Amino acid sequence: MTVVMAAIVAVLFGTGVYMILQRTLTRIVLGMALLSHGANLLLLAVGGRSGIAPFIGIFGAGDRVTDPVPQALALTAIVISFAMTAFLLALAYRSWRLTHDDEVEDDLEDRRIARLARLGLLGDEEESDDSGGSDR
Amino acid sequence: MRILLPLVVVAPLLFAALAVMAHGHRPIQRALSVIGVSVALAASVAVLIEVERNGPTAVTLGAWPAPVGITLVADLLSALLLVVGLVTVLAVLVFAVGQKGDDHLPAFHPVYLALVAGVSLSFITGDLFNLFVAFEITLVASYVLITLGGGRQQVRHGTTYVIINMLTSVAFLVAIALVYAVAGTMNMADLAGRIGVAPDHLRTALAMLFLVVFGVKAAVFPVFSWLPDSYPAARAPIVAVFAGLLTKVGVYSLLRVQTLLFPSDRPSVIFLTLAGFTMIVGVLGAIAQNDMKRILSFHIVSQIGYMILGIGLFTVAGIAGAVMFLIHQIPVKTSLFLVSGLVEESAGSTALDRVGGLVRRTPIAAVLFGLAALSLAGIPPFSGFVGKLSLVEAGFGAHAYVIVGVSLFVSLLTLFSMVKIWNGVFWGTAEQPMVPTVAPGTIVRTPRVMTGATVFLVSVTVVIAVLAGPIYELSVRAAEGLVDPSGYIDAVSRR
Repeated sequence: MTVVMAAIVAVLFGTGVYMILQRTLTRIVLGMALLSHGANLLLLAVGGRSGIAPFIGIFGAGDRVTDPVPQALALTAIVISFAMTAFLLALAYRSWRLTHDDEVEDDLEDRRIARLARLGLLGDEEESDDSGGSDR
Repeated sequence: MRILLPLVVVAPLLFAALAVMAHGHRPIQRALSVIGVSVALAASVAVLIEVERNGPTAVTLGAWPAPVGITLVADLLSALLLVVGLVTVLAVLVFAVGQKGDDHLPAFHPVYLALVAGVSLSFITGDLFNLFVAFEITLVASYVLITLGGGRQQVRHGTTYVIINMLTSVAFLVAIALVYAVAGTMNMADLAGRIGVAPDHLRTALAMLFLVVFGVKAAVFPVFSWLPDSYPAARAPIVAVFAGLLTKVGVYSLLRVQTLLFPSDRPSVIFLTLAGFTMIVGVLGAIAQNDMKRILSFHIVSQIGYMILGIGLFTVAGIAGAVMFLIHQIPVKTSLFLVSGLVEESAGSTALDRVGGLVRRTPIAAVLFGLAALSLAGIPPFSGFVGKLSLVEAGFGAHAYVIVGVSLFVSLLTLFSMVKIWNGVFWGTAEQPMVPTVAPGTIVRTPRVMTGATVFLVSVTVVIAVLAGPIYELSVRAAEGLVDPSGYIDAVSRR
């Protein structure tokens, strides 16, 4: 059971990482969801083998009892990741409304550097034109 | 203590709920915010006095005993950071109220209070999973604040910020799960005793995982690039409170987890290397920028390096230096961003080539910037000097001469980039001026409340410099409590 769990967590993490490396915002949202599912399953998996429900009166002295703490943690984590995914979806929708594009825009600084490069190239050309003119 | 300590978190949350109900009535919302933060501040001062007299104190919530239930613990470090943090938060709140149109959205006040609650909870929680929850409260509030208004710039830069932080939260959750698998408990005081039984390589792997998680939050090299990308897009008061507190919560968590769970008795090469690169890369990034907010954002990164340096030495003197530096950084960094808000308000921009000559137009902003900038660069007699001096002395004490040399060199570069802001913004003339709104030579009056809040925060930094002796003494005691956490552990197990 633990091996199956570990394999599922590995697959979730793998696909999640692949998805968030894309530039499209919807894929990133889905990737984040997969990653947080992986983390939640991992929380469940660290509780060890399952056993009888941990209610006083149900289990006896020698019985194997499920560890309730990781389940409580996983429950909290699920609620949090649900809220975060909802927020990210809203943000992606807002971004789409503003740019009509699902891709994450280039950074301001990247654009500035690109512009500088273009201007620099232009400047060089002008210079070479000038020098060419003076040579003649 | 049973009431006072939780009040630091409960008061902002309660007033956040009230502020949601007062939706649409801005004066009521403002009053609720100011009262909520003030109540938390008063409670934190009472906690500091109590902790200073009687040592660490703990409160268990929900009547569950310590290792199972959630414990709130205040030691000297938590109490000091709470007081400094809440003073800063109050100043920024007043600034935001004074700035026209900043709190006009009904979401601002409730979300701001939630952020305060999250930050306070991070400082006092004694439970690893609860620390995760506190981070999430802080983060979700910061997501809303950074994208507030929903403009194109905010959404673009907010997206980076949100995704990076969500990814880090997943990594944090994984680290927590693995710690539970190793030790079977989430209570940090309990973990301190139990995690020692784990094999060395497992503990190293866990320590590195926490270093990555808190390193991203604190913007440590090489995982800092999200910060200068996203912070400058936010409005001045919002970026001010982020700059002052959010990265510092990361540093605090690193400090707490490293000293409690993974103690060491010699300087860590990894920490010192990271500290050196964080300082240098941050300050070089700052020098390359041409916008006041962007320069200051890179400086956040650079200054984090000093704190990592102090932590990495793993000596009482080093950690005391880091604590002292933290206490000085929170108000200084915030006040620098508030000044950038004043500049934006009076000149319409913070780009160095679009503004100039503000020393004549807003002399108060120039004086405030000068004081805070000299403090950041570590010029005596300001508070930054005291923080850096204690770190340098600690470095010499631990024979870490290279990193001390690096930190002094970075101080010079810090001063250089502050001079760059001074020349670009306050002296000279604008190269590509904004549309002139006032005749040259007239003095522009920035709203009194905004200036007042900035003056207050800058005077807090001056007070820290004046009271450097007693504060350093407190930092040393806080560091002693971290290096030998028996007081902290006793306080939790007594409950």
